[in-house]
Amino acid sequence: MDGAQMEDFRIEECENDNNTHEDSQMEESEQNNKHMEVAPALISVHPTRNSVAVAVGSDLRVFNLLEDCAVILVDEAGGASHNDSIRGIKYGANGKLFVSAGDDKLVKVWSTESWRCIATVCSEKRVSAVAISNDGLHVCFADKFGVVWVVDLPGVDKTQAPLNKKAVPLLAHYCSIITSLEFSPDGHFIVSADRDFKIRVTVFPKKPLDGAHEVQSFCLGHTEFVSCLAFICTPDSPQGILVSGGGDSTVRMWDIISGSLLDTCAVGAKAQFESDTTEGNCSTVTDICTIPACTLIAVAIQSLRGIMLLSCDLSSRTLSVMKVVSIIGENFVPTSLGSSISGGLLWMVTGASKLRGSDVSSLSRVKVISGFEKSSPDTSEQEPAVLGDSEIPGGAKLLEKLQGSISVDEKVFLAAADAVKTAMCNLLIKKQYSDEKREFRKRTRNDRKSKH
Amino acid sequence: RIADDRSLRYREVRRIAYFNVGGRLLLESIEETRWSNVKLEKNKAKQTPLKHSAALHEEAKDFCFLASLIPSLQREIMLQNKANPTINKSTGLPRKRFYRARAHSNPLSDSHFPVPLSPSLVDYSLHYPQLFPSSDRSDGSKKIEFADIGCGFGGLLISLSTLFPETLMIGMELRDKVTEYVKERILGLRVANPGQYQNVSVVRTNSMKYIPNYFEKGQLSKMFFLFPDPHFKEKNHRRRVISPHLLDEYAYVLKVGGIIYTITDVEELGEWMKSCLQNHPMFEPLSEMELDADPVVKLLSTATEEGQKVARNGGQTFQAVYRRIKPASQENS
Repeated sequence: MDGAQMEDFRIEECENDNNTHEDSQMEESEQNNKHMEVAPALISVHPTRNSVAVAVGSDLRVFNLLEDCAVILVDEAGGASHNDSIRGIKYGANGKLFVSAGDDKLVKVWSTESWRCIATVCSEKRVSAVAISNDGLHVCFADKFGVVWVVDLPGVDKTQAPLNKKAVPLLAHYCSIITSLEFSPDGHFIVSADRDFKIRVTVFPKKPLDGAHEVQSFCLGHTEFVSCLAFICTPDSPQGILVSGGGDSTVRMWDIISGSLLDTCAVGAKAQFESDTTEGNCSTVTDICTIPACTLIAVAIQSLRGIMLLSCDLSSRTLSVMKVVSIIGENFVPTSLGSSISGGLLWMVTGASKLRGSDVSSLSRVKVISGFEKSSPDTSEQEPAVLGDSEIPGGAKLLEKLQGSISVDEKVFLAAADAVKTAMCNLLIKKQYSDEKREFRKRTRNDRKSKH
Repeated sequence: RIADDRSLRYREVRRIAYFNVGGRLLLESIEETRWSNVKLEKNKAKQTPLKHSAALHEEAKDFCFLASLIPSLQREIMLQNKANPTINKSTGLPRKRFYRARAHSNPLSDSHFPVPLSPSLVDYSLHYPQLFPSSDRSDGSKKIEFADIGCGFGGLLISLSTLFPETLMIGMELRDKVTEYVKERILGLRVANPGQYQNVSVVRTNSMKYIPNYFEKGQLSKMFFLFPDPHFKEKNHRRRVISPHLLDEYAYVLKVGGIIYTITDVEELGEWMKSCLQNHPMFEPLSEMELDADPVVKLLSTATEEGQKVARNGGQTFQAVYRRIKPASQENS
């Protein structure tokens, strides 16, 4: 045989091997992803800044700012409150309740005064988003199959033994992962965003246990999954103005009564100029947070080491980029943002859990930006500035409790940020298969799965 | 005879223009005939190969009009497509046996078809070319009012088209081949009956996920669910097209007073659909009198291929026809 011919033959073989190797690798990584999904760290701030909560993996850490001490959570079940990654945490608007839920299919409702778990609800599927109604009477949570459940809480009673309540379905997005759940400021509407680019605004009925059947509007316009929702409170519209961020690197403003798109801001493009990394695709908006008292919106974007501030002009209903606050000296890409209703400070956390390939399997870092005290017409008076560790409320004690340690190794944060980015893309972006791969998957799919 | 041939050729040309993504055949035909007397900013069609079907569609629309003027081109196309078995030569309508597909299709799969980002972006000029010559729609223009969900081979739509000639209607179907069949059928009927069937069209989509993308709030006046997939196993009940959660979305796109028609030959499914509708606060049943007065109700069991099959086998049908109402407690009107 000719030498060249043999080489060709070998090259062909190698190519085939590469394809199948790639396929099996993809299958493998999919399997791995199911068991060891990296979960981003989350932060939530009490409405009147009584406390701050951070969730990293299955660990829920709370610091009481009023009494300047770490909080010990009391759960009748004993031990660590959650068994698997926490995916959603939120304080109720009236400040009395706190909810946490995640991959362990448990939704836990806590009293913010005693930090006792007053109710545990079992969910059929893993939970992806949570919300508490403004009056504190109902807790809603959304699962990964698109159903939003509701549970009623008769009233916070510290002396009662923790209840095991059964949730009923409230509404559903057909077969889509719900990424965010929010109540409108007046409590009349519940807004749910999913991975199929849709935002649904539903009237929250007087009797939620009968289901929320009346759809007010659909806010359609995102060209990729919607990742986060927030409301701007304005005096002239009690239902608020909805802002959403998505995988298409945009932040959009909506009128929820009609579902119409008021304005779009392509934050991904703007962030490219600021950050030094030249990452192309995944500049997803990971979290948005409205800072009350001034009409500013803080946006966390993948690969941006800091946050972008957008200002909202209420009369013209437009969004514009105000500035980018970079965090210098640290590889800090925020994974979650929070602020209290009294405003003034923006709390950020970065971190992840279930990291593979590093010594530390879970880590988190908290930072605070100040300078949002009042809505002054001349914003140059109040420059948002990143506070040093000693300047944040609670100081070293808070950092020790919420971070697990006062200082964390910096290099690990880059790996963490990357891992979170990959996990989000894997979860929310639909995989595009080539025609051959699709046929292959059709042939080998197992229709007889007993559990979904 | 000559008239028949010409209509056949016209249909063939339109068919190629619409469904051949490989525009090469079209271009070769254009080049081989000399028609410089026809002013063609489509001269560019001769030069640049059209890779994208969207661009081809634009060219095809104009081409179709012009092609009817050019006998030599018609002859050309006709010769090339003499042996196309999928179209019945005498009626010009598609042959069903080339469009067979499994009755069942998985509604959970994220198939590959384009979905409009919002109802204002639905291209009416693609579906109703005679009524909407351009893609731009003014605010006051007509909108689709009837939707046949899971239209199958299109039997109901065809009957409704002549019964309601002023109303725009659309069929939604998940299966690829079946949608192609309905497209061909509509095209064939449009050619054979000039001026008619211009108000009906079909789109391939997953109506369980994307209905709000196609229709605005309160846009539809009638929705049809004829012989839907029963999904017998209890674990598959969530795949049923009528379910308490999906009824929220259907109530959203139906206007107050709009009617939802369902029929099936599976008793358990009939019970299920009826109870879902009965328990939903935004639907109320039609009275016997109203059912008798509605001409559409009779079509439910007779117009579709599925319905005719059931009648042939002497089966029983179970229908549930409900009207969309305002819920009893309304805070915001």
